[in-house]
Amino acid sequence: MSAVLNARMVADVPVAPFVSGPAGTQITIRGLTKYFAGWPLYENFDLDIPKHKIVSVFGPNGCGKSTLINMIAGLVPIDAGEILFDGKSLKETKIGYVFQNYREALFPWMRTIDNIAYPLKLEGKSKAQVDRRMAELVASFDVKFDLNRYPYELSGGQQQTASIMRSLAPNPEVLFLDEPFSALDFEMTLFIREKLQEVFMKTGTTMVLVSHDLEEAVYLADQVLLLTKRPTKVAEILTYSDPRPRTVATLSEPSFIAAKKRSLEIFQREVRR
Amino acid sequence: MREPTASTEAAPWSPPQTGAPATRLPGKPLLERALPFVGPVFLFVIWDLVVRLGFIKPILLPSPSDTVMALVQGLAGGPLLKDFLVTVWRTVQAFLIAALVGVPLGVVLGSAEKAYRSVEFLIDFFRSTPSSALIPLFLMIFGVSDVNKVAIAAFGALLIVVFNSAYGVMNARKQRVMAAKVMGANRWQVFKDVLIWESLQSSFVGLRSAVSMALVIVIVAEMFIGADSGLGNRIINSQQVMNVKDMYAAILAAGVLGYALNILFLITERKIVHWSGR
Repeated sequence: MSAVLNARMVADVPVAPFVSGPAGTQITIRGLTKYFAGWPLYENFDLDIPKHKIVSVFGPNGCGKSTLINMIAGLVPIDAGEILFDGKSLKETKIGYVFQNYREALFPWMRTIDNIAYPLKLEGKSKAQVDRRMAELVASFDVKFDLNRYPYELSGGQQQTASIMRSLAPNPEVLFLDEPFSALDFEMTLFIREKLQEVFMKTGTTMVLVSHDLEEAVYLADQVLLLTKRPTKVAEILTYSDPRPRTVATLSEPSFIAAKKRSLEIFQREVRR
Repeated sequence: MREPTASTEAAPWSPPQTGAPATRLPGKPLLERALPFVGPVFLFVIWDLVVRLGFIKPILLPSPSDTVMALVQGLAGGPLLKDFLVTVWRTVQAFLIAALVGVPLGVVLGSAEKAYRSVEFLIDFFRSTPSSALIPLFLMIFGVSDVNKVAIAAFGALLIVVFNSAYGVMNARKQRVMAAKVMGANRWQVFKDVLIWESLQSSFVGLRSAVSMALVIVIVAEMFIGADSGLGNRIINSQQVMNVKDMYAAILAAGVLGYALNILFLITERKIVHWSGR
């Protein structure tokens, strides 16, 4: 009885037509709505994330940067809206995710090598296929530590390197990184940043990076997505197109400094608002 | 995050070490290794003095060397060994039943939190009820038999195992579960690759308490449910005929058994849950 009534009520609500993003869009977000404790965090939020690009997400505290990528990655349920990956649902899409807290992301009961191979085993890959992919990964990450050790026997940077290798093992279409460097020391941050850039240049994997460090956000990005305070909207999408590989020298290029300055201006405008 | 840091910084100031620690260092390990023996030796000496000086009549308390002799002789093929082994076997049976039923049950209940909440009161209630209070009830069900002793011990141990395994799953690190999900693991894969492992540490705490509980109940049951063997039976029988040397030897044997089981579990736990505390 009530089910029938509900069905009629839904039918009366006009459904917004789905407008797909421009060509070369990887992730299309339409009408995304998320409430936290009764307050809107996101309301009718639209966004197109381009394919084969690195997008850095930056914004004021509490605007839901991590929540945004968690919703896209399906880790946090959404209240309304639609998220499509190249026209497909999340289920049909291979994604990778790198957590900020690597300690609680890797499985300490498996050797590091088995951790990295785990997503491949989930896919039901044969031993030979897994071995081949592992050899590829080890070569491309230039791994110098013993992968037969357990994760807790490795340093923080090595653990995060292993998490990134794990997330890349199944060749994901999109890689999400939630503040991957914030628990690392500076040396390790630099190393992993370079590795990510290398992987990106080699594979062109779309990456969405949440960062609280503006320099790092701009340095890696093709686009810097600047968000407003909650209820969160897109403040501006800044394109930064210095050629790769970017190096330490890039940090003093006028174009880099300009992009960083512009981002900071938008950020400060939004914080003060 | 900031609060704890502030409080550690405000920790009380401790005076710098005086003297020359470098010269003391070589002797330290030996002294430290001897520390665990201080308590037992102290007890042994006091016990011996009390008996020697006649504070307690030898008929109530034999000298420690006599007692240890009785223990060693008894366990080296004497009648004490038979009772010891009977108790071990009953405890092992009870423990195995509790573990084989309890861990899977606890893990399943823990991963379906609604199911656990619906039986939580029952588990907590009977976990809080002293199992020895249920002995008469079990007597009615199983009669005066060996099965009875094992059954009641298994029951008491089971609840501890269920409780700890269930909580182990419920307190699993959410992020590891999320990591598995985002890699495309289905519910079953999350269960077998993450939840079970996450619960192991807590399950082991449960198993270790359960084996102690099983031993306690087995001994009590051997004392009061018409047994003709077992350490409990031996303790009460030698007390009845005032054979105190035998009684103390049996008590010590029960202590040795409990302690050995505990150590065995600690070692196994460290082997299996090698990541614990890291």
